[in-house]
Amino acid sequence: MLCQECEKNKATVHLTKIVNNQKTEVYLCQDCAQKKGEFSFADDPLSLHNFLTGFLGGEYPQQKTPEGGLVGVSDCPNCGLSYSEFREKGRLGCAVCFDNFEEQVTPLIKRIHGREEHRGKVPARTGGLIRKKREIEKKRQEMEKAVRQENFEEAARIRDEIKKLEKELEG
Amino acid sequence: MSLDKKFQTEQSKWMQGKGPMNDVVISSRARLARNLADYSFPSREDAKQLHQVREKVKQVLEDLQYKLDFLQMEDLSELEKRALVERHLISINHASQGPEKGLAIDKDQMISIMVNEEDHLRIQVLYPGMQLQDALRLAEEVDDALEKKLEYAFQEKWGYLSCCPTNLGTGLRVSVMVHLPGLALAGNLKQTLQLVTRLGLAVRGLYGEGSESAGNIFQLSNQTSLGLKEEEIIDNISGVIGQVVERERKARQYLLREREVEIKDRVWRAYGTLAYAQKITSEEAVSLLSDLKLGIDLEIIKEIDPAILSQLMVLIRPATLQRINNRELDEIERDIKRAELIKKKLDGGVQNVR
Ligand SMILES: [Zn+2]
Ligand SMILES: [Zn+2]
Repeated sequence: MLCQECEKNKATVHLTKIVNNQKTEVYLCQDCAQKKGEFSFADDPLSLHNFLTGFLGGEYPQQKTPEGGLVGVSDCPNCGLSYSEFREKGRLGCAVCFDNFEEQVTPLIKRIHGREEHRGKVPARTGGLIRKKREIEKKRQEMEKAVRQENFEEAARIRDEIKKLEKELEG
Repeated sequence: MSLDKKFQTEQSKWMQGKGPMNDVVISSRARLARNLADYSFPSREDAKQLHQVREKVKQVLEDLQYKLDFLQMEDLSELEKRALVERHLISINHASQGPEKGLAIDKDQMISIMVNEEDHLRIQVLYPGMQLQDALRLAEEVDDALEKKLEYAFQEKWGYLSCCPTNLGTGLRVSVMVHLPGLALAGNLKQTLQLVTRLGLAVRGLYGEGSESAGNIFQLSNQTSLGLKEEEIIDNISGVIGQVVERERKARQYLLREREVEIKDRVWRAYGTLAYAQKITSEEAVSLLSDLKLGIDLEIIKEIDPAILSQLMVLIRPATLQRINNRELDEIERDIKRAELIKKKLDGGVQNVR
């Protein structure tokens, strides 16, 4: 395996980091590990960007076109960002990029955050549907709990509420 | 509108130094990254479109209750922009060239909103001491108010979209600035910072790299913003900061108990140099101010305002110093003016020191 930082030397240093109870592993060569020190100062987007590009290069050895683009990944139809530009700068160009590069970006996002599903705030304006979905999810858990406790009357009541919410979601 | 004179002398709220745990924690910051749904991110949008973004945001901000001043970055001089960076009110990136950049800022300089930085909006709240919860609350409040009028780029799975994958999800980056002279002198700094990174936070020295930060000032921030609720992010980092603060306080007590003369000597020598130097570099000044602040927190020196570090770490920096003096200064002049400024501050603070 190649070093994820320089993509040149053989990785001999294996760093394991626990982020939010999720294990992240980084493979570096001796030089890069020393340069980085034992702890990373990754608030700086540059070093993070090295990590990203190293990661992308390491895991996706794809054929390159003569212009340096990658075969099989088309540019974003909205903002025109190419995949090689994304790899180079570590930045996406617009909301549509996320769909266009979904296949490439998903493992990367998972790697950075250790998760891939937003659980935080939802904007009131656009978030109506999402709020309802989350509410249904919560009610399902309540229903299962009620069933486990053999509180079937309660479970039936929650089930009706879920049905109502699902209908609203469809309508 | 340009930066008026008040920015030269009036301090940002966070520089006044009064806040919980201010013996160790200098400031708390919450920052939300947001983008508008109808435009590409700033790096992929042309100036005409970015102009629209700025005008839209400006209009919405004018109607808010926060009484924000709106500045167009191209109206500011290089020195003014750099002074804003030195106060931590804008990023270095925002001070550099780029079309249609804007900044909204309140009177206390607690709220600062960067427009057309890497994302359309970077909403930042900066408080003195350990006040992450309050910082987040105010940032969310501003965010809610903006969202009533602006449509954000948002996806169910990845939350608030940002050009940088590291900001996805909540778009929340919280940073706490801590002063760790005790751990540095006791030799436990490296170990503590390693623990902090192992617990998932990013560590950055404020002046320089690695564990050799002049002034022993470090910024700790969350690395992940996706998959956790905002409150969980705050809880996580608060937990880690709590441990760091405890370690730092223990280290200071250890030093006072076991190495009393050495520490007192160090503190008074720092005071002596700061009070009598005729010229001084920023780096030396920050190191000595760190020692002085340690002495104040350990009550070795009692008559100086503990906020001296928070204030002077900004006021002595090159751009701010030149603005205070109302003219450009070369390096030697700066060292002289810096020494004068520090001396004046100390004269005002310490009467009848022993
Ligand atoms: Zn390497
Ligand atoms: Zn795009």
